[in-house]
Amino acid sequence: MSTLSRDMSIGGQPPQSLNIQQKLATLLGIMGLVILLLATFNVQFPNKTLWLTLSLSAITAGTIWFGAASYLSKHPGIKNDGVFFKSVSHRGFWGWVLGIGLTIFYILLYFFPEYLGLTREGDNKGIIALFDPLSRFLSGNPASQWFVYGTLYTVAIFAFGFKFIWKYRHNRYEILRTISVMFFQTSFAFLIPEIMARLNGTLPYYDLKNIWPLNYYNFERYRINAFIDAGDIGIAMLIFGVLSIFVITPVLTYFYGKRWYCSWVCGCGGLAETAGDPFRHLSDKSVFAWKVERWVVHSVVVFVTLMTTAVIYSYLGHDTSKYWLTKNTFLLGVAGLLTLVFVWVMVFKRAQLQKDAQYGAIGYFVIIMGLIGFHFISGEGNVFLFKAEALRKTYAFLIGAVFSGVIGVGFYPILGNRVWCRFGCPMAAILGFQQRLFSRFRITTNGGQCISCGNCSTYCEMGIDVRAYAQKGQNIVRSSCVGCGICSAVCPRGVLKLENGPLQGRIDSQDILLGNDVDLMKVIQSPK
Amino acid sequence: MEHIVIIGNGIAGVTAARHIRKLSDKKISIISSEATHFFSRTALMYVYMGHMRWTDIEPYEPHFWEKNRLELLHGYVERVAPEKKALYFSDGRSITYDKLILATGSKTNTFGWKGLELPQVLGLVNKQDLEKLERVAPNKQVCPRAVIVGGGLIGVELAEMLRTRGIAVTFLVREDAFWTGVLPKGEAQMISRHIASHGVDLRHGTNMDAILPDEQGNVRAVLTTDGEEIPCSMVGITTGVKPNIEFLQGSGIATDRGILVDRTLETSVKGIFAIGDCAQQREPIGNRPPVEAVWYTGRMMGEALARTLCGTPTEYRPSHWFNSAKFFDIEYQTYGWVFSEARRKEYEVHFHWRHRDDDKCITVAYHRDTGKFLGINTFGIRMRHEVFERWLNEDRAAGYVIQHLREANFDPEFYRGYETEIVNAFNTQQKQTVL
Ligand SMILES: Cc1cc2nc3c(=O)[nH]c(=O)nc-3n(C[C@H](O)[C@H](O)[C@H](O)COP(=O)(O)OP(=O)(O)OC[C@H]3O[C@@H](n4cnc5c(N)ncnc54)[C@H](O)[C@@H]3O)c2cc1C
Ligand code: SF4
Ligand code: SF4
Repeated sequence: MSTLSRDMSIGGQPPQSLNIQQKLATLLGIMGLVILLLATFNVQFPNKTLWLTLSLSAITAGTIWFGAASYLSKHPGIKNDGVFFKSVSHRGFWGWVLGIGLTIFYILLYFFPEYLGLTREGDNKGIIALFDPLSRFLSGNPASQWFVYGTLYTVAIFAFGFKFIWKYRHNRYEILRTISVMFFQTSFAFLIPEIMARLNGTLPYYDLKNIWPLNYYNFERYRINAFIDAGDIGIAMLIFGVLSIFVITPVLTYFYGKRWYCSWVCGCGGLAETAGDPFRHLSDKSVFAWKVERWVVHSVVVFVTLMTTAVIYSYLGHDTSKYWLTKNTFLLGVAGLLTLVFVWVMVFKRAQLQKDAQYGAIGYFVIIMGLIGFHFISGEGNVFLFKAEALRKTYAFLIGAVFSGVIGVGFYPILGNRVWCRFGCPMAAILGFQQRLFSRFRITTNGGQCISCGNCSTYCEMGIDVRAYAQKGQNIVRSSCVGCGICSAVCPRGVLKLENGPLQGRIDSQDILLGNDVDLMKVIQSPK
Repeated sequence: MEHIVIIGNGIAGVTAARHIRKLSDKKISIISSEATHFFSRTALMYVYMGHMRWTDIEPYEPHFWEKNRLELLHGYVERVAPEKKALYFSDGRSITYDKLILATGSKTNTFGWKGLELPQVLGLVNKQDLEKLERVAPNKQVCPRAVIVGGGLIGVELAEMLRTRGIAVTFLVREDAFWTGVLPKGEAQMISRHIASHGVDLRHGTNMDAILPDEQGNVRAVLTTDGEEIPCSMVGITTGVKPNIEFLQGSGIATDRGILVDRTLETSVKGIFAIGDCAQQREPIGNRPPVEAVWYTGRMMGEALARTLCGTPTEYRPSHWFNSAKFFDIEYQTYGWVFSEARRKEYEVHFHWRHRDDDKCITVAYHRDTGKFLGINTFGIRMRHEVFERWLNEDRAAGYVIQHLREANFDPEFYRGYETEIVNAFNTQQKQTVL
């Protein structure tokens, strides 16, 4: 009977060619990229400011024009026609080309910046040199590979943000959220740190919206020293850094769910939601993937907690008379805090956690054992058996570079746009834990209206099988949900609504379907 | 162990199976001649449109069936023999049962037009229809124009599907606006305008007379009853569906349009039950049609029947009517009853509000004398099922419902509200009626 294979769409050869405007827009964008590529190969541009401006303008204008040409002539509404037929968005030839291209870029960026033109002594070369004028204009310093990256990153969020807004122009939630990430990226991540560097040279580069453990390096010795050296403003920033972990984050997550960060503020989320949007359906929805997700992401949390503790531990002293915070007070503090959280969760929230409780217990156990290990097995400069520095380097390499960069963004066209956020980000895991346990946020399911079509699950970038809940009439309260709102947008029956409300009744675990007249459904005593 | 056999792996059959498994340890077999695994029929359109792959419209992963010990049998049941408690397949196999559930769904309803047998004529009900569509209308080169006959929910979906591949569509609708059998005029006309704005050549008041072949025996054109020939390469028949019951002839199971069942969903033969699209209530429930071909009723019947079969006899008692659909970009929801002009009760009056953008409107039906709220149709504004269920149970007045519409709003956060506008329009209308 059927000739279709299970994971291919039936046949499928619909029109997918670009219209003329889209082609011209693509050409313009590519011209901008070519300038960057030429610069990478050390073509000397006579007037760097001019060529950089040309390049960035062409990329931005090309992308925005492409967005306009794609959507503005159509009715406002869901624009997923042909998503699974297009080569670039369905792991076809162009998808792989893009994926490999991005991956190479990330490998160069993280591990071989010299190929991008970074030089130890003397002037920059290559593409980094092309960005010198902009960097000097903003901070007064020459560019680095990170400046190049930051600029391109910001351009991407900004330009693809327009495209996204036009794609969802019927949906005010999506529009506002996108304006928000565009704003936070351009100001907090890009401009403010550069300008601060100009105003106060001793301050370490600090993107204020980047919170530990996302910026896992925030409490390293050199940064702490720099904060302290920078005087009041540095101390203020340090305090802000600590407050944002322990106060600001939980409070906001309580009121709004983790979306306040993941879909409204965060830069990784910002890129995923804008430039990464065409790939959101590539996330894996299988139960197996969910299992892998929980193991991997929680391991990263354990890793980053131990690593950060080790790093701070390694530079603290023993002597209370010199500084109140000593190695041992610190360890006890961390252990005490974790125990407090753990006991609170186990006592009050156990019922809600089910399986997650096991993960939590295992994670907690590993960390405590680690801390005990620190205390007993550490020698001078050593924590445990390693140098704290080695632990930090491993983390920076494995998680900071390979996971968040190479896999996280490089693999957008292969694994979807939120691979990092889902499998790797320790910040997302901690926020998710808070979201699951004490947050007013949930996705409400609209009674019995679900027709099990699967649009919500397909377009959930976090690989949540939204349909599995919706078709049973259950609300969706999942730690991984970043509140992007797309499931609600693509639902053709108006079944899903992201909202904040009282904790009571947040998770409806009885699967009564509205529609069956439960009260009146009398049990007939004698079967005929 | 009792062996329960279910014919049909649609929403009704699968829901029954899932719930029987939840409540018991019985042996369960599910038979289907269509697809090996359950899929969402309502999502067929999205596969053709490239929004989803076939796997994405299957609500359960393949391991689900084995894990829950639901045996899947592929084949067409040709004959049911209740006296032997046996089923016979078209390929010669047979199987026996202790209890039988018929959940065989619907098929395309046609009106005996000439030319129906031509290879480019199709309905849009099952997987085979979708495969055929993909063959005869893969793109606008192979199929420059299609004609769709019948202005209902499936017709508008087919029109939307074909438009995503740039295929020109002529849509023949017998009535003078889209779906006027169900929708009040104001809404029907708004949807007609919206369909036309998507480049569909919508012909109201037009009937098909015959489908004309060319020399090779392929579809060449459609002839209307006005004598116009509309050239096309494909014809979509979307004039409703009817229960899939031919194979029951001679089985002794009583049928009418569908398989006749009582409130516990049992047929005229003890131990044989019918649920979903193929079932017909001997006595209609409230205003509900005796054959309810909608998704959620199949699910509810499956759930109720599972309880009955597992020792808690349970009637199928749907609560207030609701439903939803989407017409290109405009979402539609309904709660309670709002009838079209053609079927309106003599006591039913309407309040209709339409937004100036012509893509949102609501109609509230209420009782002329008591003002009691009877139902609401809403287009382009999402509403909360739970709240309307409650208001209908509480016998609220239409005025109350309109004043409190904000409580029922289910649009995403930050959406504009139209409640003030609606309330003002209602008050103005009320004043006019009083004067
Ligand atoms: C295109 C389309 C869109 C729709 N959209 C909506 C919507 O938006 N909302 C809504 O509420 N409803 C919608 N419906 C209606 C809804 O899909 C049906 O009401 C529902 O699927 C019925 O489920 P069922 O389980 O009764 O039957 P079905 O899903 O039809 O399943 C019956 C199965 O039994 C098999 N079968 C039949 N006879 C035999 C036999 N003799 N031997 C073996 N197998 C057999 C059939 O092949 C089929 O697989 C839509 C229907 C279509 C076609
Ligand atoms: S569940 Fe919905 S809101 Fe949450 S991440 Fe998935 S698509 Fe976004
Ligand atoms: S919630 Fe909406 S999108 Fe998801 S399966 Fe149900 S109807 Fe489809």
